[in-house]
Amino acid sequence: MSGHQPPQNELPEAQPKAPAPAGITRRGFLKGAGVTAAGTALLEGVQVFQREASAATPSNVKEYGPDQFPVTLHVNGREHALHIEPRTTLAEALRIQLNMTGTKISCDRGVCSSCTVWLDKMPVNSCMTLALDAVGRQITTIEGVSADEHLHPLQAAFVRHDAMQCGFCTPGMVMSCASLLERNPKPSEADVRAAVSGNLCRCGTYPKVFAATLDAASQIARKA
Amino acid sequence: MNSFSLADCTTVEAALSQLKDGAVVKAGGVDLLDRMKNGTDTPKRLVNIRNIQALRGIQSTPEGLTIGALTTLAEIADDPTIRSHYTVLADACGHAATPHIRNVATIGGNLLQELQCWYFRSAEFQCIRKGKEQCFAFSGLNQYHAIMDYGGCPSVAPSSGAVALLALNGTVELTSAKGKRTVAIKDFYVQPDANPSRFHVMAPDELLTAIHIPKPAAGTRSAYQKYGEKESHDWAIADAAIVLEMDGNICRSAVVAMGAASPVVRRSREAEAALTGKPITAETARAAGKAAMTGAMPLSLNGYKVQLFPVAIYRTILLAAGQMDRDPSAAG
Repeated sequence: MSGHQPPQNELPEAQPKAPAPAGITRRGFLKGAGVTAAGTALLEGVQVFQREASAATPSNVKEYGPDQFPVTLHVNGREHALHIEPRTTLAEALRIQLNMTGTKISCDRGVCSSCTVWLDKMPVNSCMTLALDAVGRQITTIEGVSADEHLHPLQAAFVRHDAMQCGFCTPGMVMSCASLLERNPKPSEADVRAAVSGNLCRCGTYPKVFAATLDAASQIARKA
Repeated sequence: MNSFSLADCTTVEAALSQLKDGAVVKAGGVDLLDRMKNGTDTPKRLVNIRNIQALRGIQSTPEGLTIGALTTLAEIADDPTIRSHYTVLADACGHAATPHIRNVATIGGNLLQELQCWYFRSAEFQCIRKGKEQCFAFSGLNQYHAIMDYGGCPSVAPSSGAVALLALNGTVELTSAKGKRTVAIKDFYVQPDANPSRFHVMAPDELLTAIHIPKPAAGTRSAYQKYGEKESHDWAIADAAIVLEMDGNICRSAVVAMGAASPVVRRSREAEAALTGKPITAETARAAGKAAMTGAMPLSLNGYKVQLFPVAIYRTILLAAGQMDRDPSAAG
């Protein structure tokens, strides 16, 4: 009897829990197996459960949790089916369930912005966003800013300018600065400073982040 | 974070029907999730109002401004009408927190975020605000705490939006199943001496649905600046919201409001008297800053605030009057 694994056969079957057989992670199960016959049956069961729960509440109110329930997240142009609880943050869903570990969690309080992703192109802290609040919106992560294996011009500029030291803040910095370039293709240094005013870098690599972003802006303008 | 169920509501009526049995309202969720991650708040049920479209948006009328409670700080800071005619509010919302938080945090949530005190915001400390006897700040670490009007709790008013709205004579609209009522910002928060375990006058079955601001008189100029330990993200350690009704260079009436001085946002009548009927100059602005510290009783570690506030007020008066640029050493 292992002290670390929950006894699988004691899980009540009626509970809408994601399957987690020993040795298979939920992430691996959803990614590898896709929707298996067992998975389909389980998902349908959960949807019935959700419909029954909402039938007892007024319209314009949707009930969720506290147990897991299925959702679809649109991440980097692709749909991902996963199970979340109401308390699952978007950062946790991305990193733990979808294995997109480019998005970093540092402070987990919205202080450092290393978890920056875009919701419908708007930069937000994924650690302070419930995954549920991201359903139905286009999520863009650091894995999605480059196209066809080519670095985003800003990523290339970060490499040219050596705009990272330990690198932990870098995905958040890139997401904040790339968002700035989408909104304002010709930013001043003051604009770049304002755009990353929530991104903490303990190494102090800010001057190179400013230089890389201004350089990327001029590269993009030259190609346009 | 504790496990909870969530009711996702798309209308005000639906949300009101869910305000029972200790359910807690979530809008942008920034302050609430922070407190839940800290373990100070452990609600079993959240009412998600984030998707109520009717509570978003800014309406300008001849009488003034109505702002839906779910309008984000970024939307307020970027609104052309607010920037030009209610500058103090655009300044306060545009310099709160970080750009990414401002994209999500709502003005209603900004007004309702809980007090700033690291003892109050820690699950380890059971203090007077949580219905117990003791305050840990008086004899503990109090460098960011209040310097006036604190009674038994020197926590600090957290909302920069509230400082600006106090200066603009703003009111909040509270909606319940019984109907609507409006409360002036000056009456919205509870002084700690009146009741230390109540932060505001809202009832559990009420929802903050809108903010109303009367149109400022012609010739009104305004500004807000905050000073912090850090250049961005942090809450203010000193701040000033200034509204000046000008007649040429003579100040017909002035409002000087502060947030980080006390547990409830406050105006300084002494500072306002130092400006009213006089020209705005470096001298009158300096005198107003000094007058604003009337009644200050700093704690063991925050005597510096008695020097910092007059500078914040002096520079922000001159900024509002167009006689000085925004202070590069101000935070935000």
